[in-house]
Amino acid sequence: MDELAIAGRRFGSRLILGTGGAANHAQLADAITASGTELVTVALRRVDPAAAGSVLDVIERCGVGVLPNTAGCRTAEQAVRTARLAREAFATDWVKLEVIGDEDSLLPDPVELLDAAETLVGEGFTVLPYTNDDPILARRLEEAGCAAVMPLAAPIGTGLGIRNPHNLALICEQAEVPVICDAGIGTASDAAQAMELGCSAVLLATAVTRAADPALMARAMREAVSAGRAARLAGRIPRRPLARASTSFEGIADL
Amino acid sequence: MKFALNGRAHDGPATVADAVRSALGAASAAASGRGIAVAVNGEVVPRSEWHRPLRDGDAVEVLTATQGG
Repeated sequence: MDELAIAGRRFGSRLILGTGGAANHAQLADAITASGTELVTVALRRVDPAAAGSVLDVIERCGVGVLPNTAGCRTAEQAVRTARLAREAFATDWVKLEVIGDEDSLLPDPVELLDAAETLVGEGFTVLPYTNDDPILARRLEEAGCAAVMPLAAPIGTGLGIRNPHNLALICEQAEVPVICDAGIGTASDAAQAMELGCSAVLLATAVTRAADPALMARAMREAVSAGRAARLAGRIPRRPLARASTSFEGIADL
Repeated sequence: MKFALNGRAHDGPATVADAVRSALGAASAAASGRGIAVAVNGEVVPRSEWHRPLRDGDAVEVLTATQGG
Protein backbone atom coordinates (compact mmCIF):
# COMPACT_ATOMS: atom_id res chain seq x y z
CA MET A 1 0.00 0.00 0.00
CA ASP A 2 1.54 3.28 -1.16
CA GLU A 3 0.45 5.50 1.70
CA LEU A 4 1.35 9.08 2.43
CA ALA A 5 2.70 9.62 5.94
CA ILE A 6 2.81 13.07 7.48
CA ALA A 7 4.06 13.28 11.06
CA GLY A 8 3.20 9.62 11.51
CA ARG A 9 -0.39 9.99 10.29
CA ARG A 10 -1.14 7.85 7.25
CA PHE A 11 -3.31 8.73 4.27
CA GLY A 12 -4.45 6.58 1.37
CA SER A 13 -5.13 9.69 -0.72
CA ARG A 14 -2.40 12.03 -1.87
CA LEU A 15 -4.81 14.83 -2.61
CA ILE A 16 -5.63 17.47 -0.01
CA LEU A 17 -8.60 19.63 -0.87
CA GLY A 18 -9.04 23.26 0.08
CA THR A 19 -12.65 24.22 0.70
CA GLY A 20 -12.34 27.86 -0.37
CA GLY A 21 -14.38 29.00 -3.34
CA ALA A 22 -17.13 26.38 -3.32
CA ALA A 23 -20.49 27.90 -4.27
CA ASN A 24 -22.39 26.06 -1.54
CA HIS A 25 -22.11 23.21 0.93
CA ALA A 26 -23.82 20.62 -1.28
CA GLN A 27 -21.37 21.28 -4.10
CA LEU A 28 -18.48 21.13 -1.64
CA ALA A 29 -19.64 17.80 -0.24
CA ASP A 30 -19.88 16.34 -3.75
CA ALA A 31 -16.39 17.58 -4.59
CA ILE A 32 -14.89 16.19 -1.36
CA THR A 33 -16.46 12.80 -2.02
CA ALA A 34 -15.40 12.71 -5.68
CA SER A 35 -11.84 13.76 -4.84
CA GLY A 36 -11.28 10.83 -2.48
CA THR A 37 -9.40 13.18 -0.16
CA GLU A 38 -8.99 12.43 3.53
CA LEU A 39 -7.97 15.93 4.61
CA VAL A 40 -9.51 19.32 3.82
CA THR A 41 -8.52 22.82 4.80
CA VAL A 42 -10.68 25.40 6.55
CA ALA A 43 -10.09 29.00 7.56
CA LEU A 44 -10.91 30.71 10.85
CA ARG A 45 -13.17 33.76 10.68
CA ARG A 46 -15.60 35.71 12.85
CA VAL A 47 -18.83 33.81 13.49
CA ASP A 48 -21.73 34.84 11.28
CA PRO A 49 -25.02 34.48 13.15
CA ALA A 50 -26.84 34.42 9.81
CA ALA A 51 -24.78 31.52 8.43
CA ALA A 52 -26.81 28.51 7.36
CA GLY A 53 -24.92 25.49 8.65
CA SER A 54 -21.22 25.11 9.14
CA VAL A 55 -18.52 23.85 6.81
CA LEU A 56 -17.59 21.61 9.75
CA ASP A 57 -20.89 19.74 9.34
CA VAL A 58 -20.04 19.07 5.71
CA ILE A 59 -16.60 17.83 6.66
CA GLU A 60 -17.98 15.62 9.40
CA ARG A 61 -20.57 14.11 7.07
CA CYS A 62 -17.86 13.37 4.51
CA GLY A 63 -15.75 11.71 7.22
CA VAL A 64 -12.54 13.58 6.40
CA GLY A 65 -9.98 15.33 8.61
CA VAL A 66 -9.67 19.08 9.14
CA LEU A 67 -6.54 21.06 8.39
CA PRO A 68 -7.00 24.65 9.63
CA ASN A 69 -5.09 27.34 7.80
CA THR A 70 -3.85 30.78 8.76
CA ALA A 71 -5.03 32.40 5.53
CA GLY A 72 -4.92 36.16 5.46
CA CYS A 73 -2.21 36.53 8.11
CA ARG A 74 0.50 39.04 7.24
CA THR A 75 2.80 38.65 10.25
CA ALA A 76 4.24 35.78 12.24
CA GLU A 77 2.41 37.02 15.32
CA GLN A 78 -0.99 36.96 13.58
CA ALA A 79 -0.32 33.50 12.19
CA VAL A 80 0.79 32.10 15.55
CA ARG A 81 -2.30 33.52 17.26
CA THR A 82 -4.55 32.14 14.52
CA ALA A 83 -2.96 28.70 14.84
CA ARG A 84 -3.53 28.72 18.61
CA LEU A 85 -7.18 29.65 18.07
CA ALA A 86 -7.56 26.95 15.44
CA ARG A 87 -6.16 24.40 17.87
CA GLU A 88 -8.77 25.50 20.40
CA ALA A 89 -11.63 25.46 17.88
CA PHE A 90 -10.88 22.21 16.06
CA ALA A 91 -8.91 20.21 18.63
CA THR A 92 -6.05 19.61 16.21
CA ASP A 93 -2.47 20.75 16.44
CA TRP A 94 -2.09 20.50 12.67
CA VAL A 95 -1.90 23.79 10.83
CA LYS A 96 -1.42 24.88 7.25
CA LEU A 97 0.79 27.85 7.96
CA GLU A 98 0.23 30.73 5.58
CA VAL A 99 1.86 34.13 6.03
CA ILE A 100 1.43 36.29 2.99
CA GLY A 101 3.50 39.27 1.94
CA ASP A 102 0.77 41.22 0.17
CA GLU A 103 -2.77 40.79 -1.01
CA ASP A 104 -2.09 41.14 -4.74
CA SER A 105 0.35 38.28 -5.16
CA LEU A 106 -0.61 36.34 -2.01
CA LEU A 107 2.98 35.14 -2.09
CA PRO A 108 4.43 33.90 1.20
CA ASP A 109 6.56 36.29 3.25
CA PRO A 110 9.59 34.06 3.84
CA VAL A 111 10.92 35.93 6.88
CA GLU A 112 7.61 35.94 8.75
CA LEU A 113 6.86 32.38 7.62
CA LEU A 114 10.06 30.93 9.05
CA ASP A 115 9.63 32.92 12.26
CA ALA A 116 6.07 31.62 12.72
CA ALA A 117 7.09 28.06 11.85
CA GLU A 118 9.81 28.06 14.51
CA THR A 119 7.42 29.38 17.16
CA LEU A 120 4.65 26.92 16.31
CA VAL A 121 6.94 23.90 16.16
CA GLY A 122 8.21 24.98 19.60
CA GLU A 123 4.61 24.97 20.84
CA GLY A 124 4.03 21.42 19.63
CA PHE A 125 2.14 22.15 16.42
CA THR A 126 2.37 19.95 13.36
CA VAL A 127 3.29 22.65 10.90
CA LEU A 128 2.65 22.40 7.15
CA PRO A 129 3.94 25.66 5.70
CA TYR A 130 2.74 27.11 2.40
CA THR A 131 6.02 28.34 0.96
CA ASN A 132 7.65 29.79 -2.12
CA ASP A 133 9.22 27.37 -4.60
CA ASP A 134 12.59 28.17 -3.06
CA PRO A 135 14.75 25.13 -2.21
CA ILE A 136 16.74 27.01 0.43
CA LEU A 137 13.65 28.26 2.24
CA ALA A 138 12.14 24.78 2.03
CA ARG A 139 15.27 23.40 3.65
CA ARG A 140 15.16 26.01 6.40
CA LEU A 141 11.52 25.16 7.11
CA GLU A 142 12.36 21.47 7.30
CA GLU A 143 15.27 22.22 9.63
CA ALA A 144 12.88 24.25 11.79
CA GLY A 145 10.90 21.05 12.33
CA CYS A 146 8.02 21.41 9.89
CA ALA A 147 6.22 18.12 9.22
CA ALA A 148 6.05 18.82 5.47
CA VAL A 149 6.88 21.64 3.10
CA MET A 150 4.27 22.98 0.71
CA PRO A 151 5.81 24.92 -2.17
CA LEU A 152 3.50 26.70 -4.55
CA ALA A 153 3.16 25.78 -8.21
CA ALA A 154 2.06 29.36 -8.93
CA PRO A 155 0.34 32.10 -6.92
CA ILE A 156 -2.92 31.15 -5.16
CA GLY A 157 -5.95 30.97 -7.41
CA THR A 158 -4.06 31.67 -10.65
CA GLY A 159 -4.33 28.19 -12.13
CA LEU A 160 -1.07 28.85 -13.96
CA GLY A 161 0.37 25.42 -13.19
CA ILE A 162 3.97 24.75 -12.20
CA ARG A 163 5.97 27.89 -13.03
CA ASN A 164 9.32 26.51 -11.96
CA PRO A 165 9.42 22.72 -12.29
CA HIS A 166 13.18 22.74 -11.83
CA ASN A 167 12.91 24.30 -8.36
CA LEU A 168 10.06 22.01 -7.40
CA ALA A 169 12.14 18.98 -8.42
CA LEU A 170 15.10 20.31 -6.41
CA ILE A 171 12.92 20.72 -3.33
CA CYS A 172 11.63 17.15 -3.75
CA GLU A 173 15.13 15.76 -4.18
CA GLN A 174 16.53 17.28 -1.02
CA ALA A 175 13.55 17.08 1.33
CA GLU A 176 13.22 14.29 3.86
CA VAL A 177 9.71 15.38 4.82
CA PRO A 178 6.79 15.14 2.38
CA VAL A 179 6.67 17.85 -0.27
CA ILE A 180 3.11 18.92 -1.00
CA CYS A 181 2.55 21.09 -4.05
CA ASP A 182 0.17 23.78 -2.83
CA ALA A 183 -1.50 26.49 -4.89
CA GLY A 184 -1.51 27.44 -8.55
CA ILE A 185 -2.75 24.13 -9.95
CA GLY A 186 -5.12 24.78 -12.85
CA THR A 187 -6.06 21.42 -14.25
CA ALA A 188 -5.42 17.70 -13.95
CA SER A 189 -2.16 17.65 -15.94
CA ASP A 190 -0.64 20.18 -13.49
CA ALA A 191 -1.41 17.87 -10.58
CA ALA A 192 0.02 14.88 -12.44
CA GLN A 193 3.17 16.87 -13.26
CA ALA A 194 3.66 17.80 -9.59
CA MET A 195 3.56 14.13 -8.66
CA GLU A 196 5.88 13.17 -11.54
CA LEU A 197 8.39 15.75 -10.30
CA GLY A 198 8.47 13.92 -6.98
CA CYS A 199 5.89 15.62 -4.81
CA SER A 200 4.31 13.41 -2.17
CA ALA A 201 0.91 15.07 -2.46
CA VAL A 202 -1.00 17.96 -4.00
CA LEU A 203 -3.13 20.54 -2.22
CA LEU A 204 -5.60 22.47 -4.33
CA ALA A 205 -8.86 24.33 -3.92
CA THR A 206 -9.79 26.79 -6.64
CA ALA A 207 -9.04 24.40 -9.50
CA VAL A 208 -11.87 22.22 -8.21
CA THR A 209 -14.21 24.58 -6.40
CA ARG A 210 -14.37 27.11 -9.23
CA ALA A 211 -14.41 24.59 -12.08
CA ALA A 212 -17.61 24.51 -14.12
CA ASP A 213 -18.27 21.03 -12.70
CA PRO A 214 -16.45 20.81 -9.36
CA ALA A 215 -17.22 17.15 -8.66
CA LEU A 216 -16.01 16.09 -12.10
CA MET A 217 -12.82 18.12 -11.72
CA ALA A 218 -12.34 16.62 -8.25
CA ARG A 219 -12.46 13.17 -9.82
CA ALA A 220 -10.03 14.28 -12.52
CA MET A 221 -7.62 15.54 -9.86
CA ARG A 222 -7.90 12.31 -7.91
CA GLU A 223 -7.02 10.31 -11.02
CA ALA A 224 -4.25 12.74 -12.04
CA VAL A 225 -2.56 12.57 -8.65
CA SER A 226 -2.80 8.81 -8.71
CA ALA A 227 -1.48 8.61 -12.30
CA GLY A 228 1.35 11.06 -11.60
CA ARG A 229 2.39 9.12 -8.53
CA ALA A 230 2.40 5.83 -10.47
CA ALA A 231 4.43 7.40 -13.28
CA ARG A 232 6.95 8.70 -10.77
CA LEU A 233 7.32 5.29 -9.15
CA ALA A 234 7.43 3.55 -12.54
CA GLY A 235 10.45 5.57 -13.65
CA ARG A 236 10.01 7.47 -16.88
CA ILE A 237 12.20 6.84 -19.91
CA PRO A 238 15.07 9.27 -20.51
CA ARG A 239 14.45 12.07 -22.99
CA ARG A 240 16.37 11.56 -26.26
CA PRO A 241 17.19 14.08 -28.97
CA LEU A 242 16.58 11.59 -31.81
CA ALA A 243 14.02 8.92 -32.54
CA ARG A 244 14.45 5.36 -31.37
CA ALA A 245 12.28 2.86 -33.20
CA SER A 246 10.06 0.75 -31.07
CA THR A 247 9.59 -1.65 -34.01
CA SER A 248 12.67 -3.58 -35.13
CA PHE A 249 13.99 -3.01 -38.69
CA GLU A 250 15.26 -6.61 -38.72
CA GLY A 251 13.38 -8.82 -41.15
CA ILE A 252 11.81 -5.90 -42.93
CA ALA A 253 10.43 -6.88 -46.37
CA ASP A 254 12.16 -5.71 -49.55
CA LEU A 255 9.20 -4.09 -51.31
CA MET B 1 -17.99 49.02 30.70
CA LYS B 2 -17.22 48.97 27.01
CA PHE B 3 -15.76 46.16 24.97
CA ALA B 4 -15.47 45.27 21.30
CA LEU B 5 -17.05 42.06 20.03
CA ASN B 6 -15.98 40.98 16.54
CA GLY B 7 -15.20 44.59 15.77
CA ARG B 8 -18.43 46.09 17.12
CA ALA B 9 -18.77 48.20 20.27
CA HIS B 10 -20.72 46.70 23.16
CA ASP B 11 -21.73 48.11 26.49
CA GLY B 12 -22.36 46.64 29.91
CA PRO B 13 -20.95 43.93 32.13
CA ALA B 14 -20.35 40.59 30.48
CA THR B 15 -18.36 37.40 30.78
CA VAL B 16 -16.58 35.76 27.87
CA ALA B 17 -19.47 33.27 27.69
CA ASP B 18 -21.97 36.15 27.41
CA ALA B 19 -19.95 37.55 24.54
CA VAL B 20 -19.92 34.16 22.80
CA ARG B 21 -23.70 33.84 23.13
CA SER B 22 -24.14 37.35 21.81
CA ALA B 23 -21.86 36.71 18.84
CA LEU B 24 -23.57 33.45 17.93
CA GLY B 25 -27.02 35.03 18.02
CA ALA B 26 -30.20 33.06 17.63
CA ALA B 27 -28.88 30.64 15.05
CA SER B 28 -26.55 29.05 17.54
CA ALA B 29 -26.15 25.63 16.03
CA ALA B 30 -22.74 25.98 17.55
CA ALA B 31 -24.12 26.89 20.98
CA SER B 32 -22.24 23.91 22.36
CA GLY B 33 -19.11 25.80 21.45
CA ARG B 34 -18.07 23.15 18.96
CA GLY B 35 -15.75 24.61 16.39
CA ILE B 36 -15.61 27.94 18.21
CA ALA B 37 -12.52 29.71 19.53
CA VAL B 38 -12.34 32.93 21.48
CA ALA B 39 -9.54 35.45 21.72
CA VAL B 40 -9.49 38.35 24.14
CA ASN B 41 -6.94 40.96 23.17
CA GLY B 42 -5.38 38.44 20.79
CA GLU B 43 -4.88 35.66 23.33
CA VAL B 44 -6.85 32.41 23.32
CA VAL B 45 -9.37 32.00 26.12
CA PRO B 46 -9.93 28.26 26.59
CA ARG B 47 -13.50 27.09 27.10
CA SER B 48 -12.75 26.32 30.74
CA GLU B 49 -12.21 30.06 31.31
CA TRP B 50 -15.25 31.42 29.50
CA HIS B 51 -16.81 32.28 32.88
CA ARG B 52 -14.19 35.03 33.15
CA PRO B 53 -15.58 38.60 33.28
CA LEU B 54 -14.51 40.96 30.53
CA ARG B 55 -12.71 44.17 31.39
CA ASP B 56 -13.21 47.65 30.09
CA GLY B 57 -11.59 48.05 26.69
CA ASP B 58 -11.28 44.32 25.95
CA ALA B 59 -11.37 43.27 22.31
CA VAL B 60 -13.16 39.94 21.94
CA GLU B 61 -13.01 37.83 18.80
CA VAL B 62 -15.37 34.85 18.46
CA LEU B 63 -14.23 32.73 15.56
CA THR B 64 -15.26 29.59 13.74
CA ALA B 65 -14.55 27.58 10.62
CA THR B 66 -15.28 28.97 7.21
CA GLN B 67 -14.44 27.72 3.74
CA GLY B 68 -10.83 28.44 2.94
CA GLY B 69 -7.98 27.12 0.86
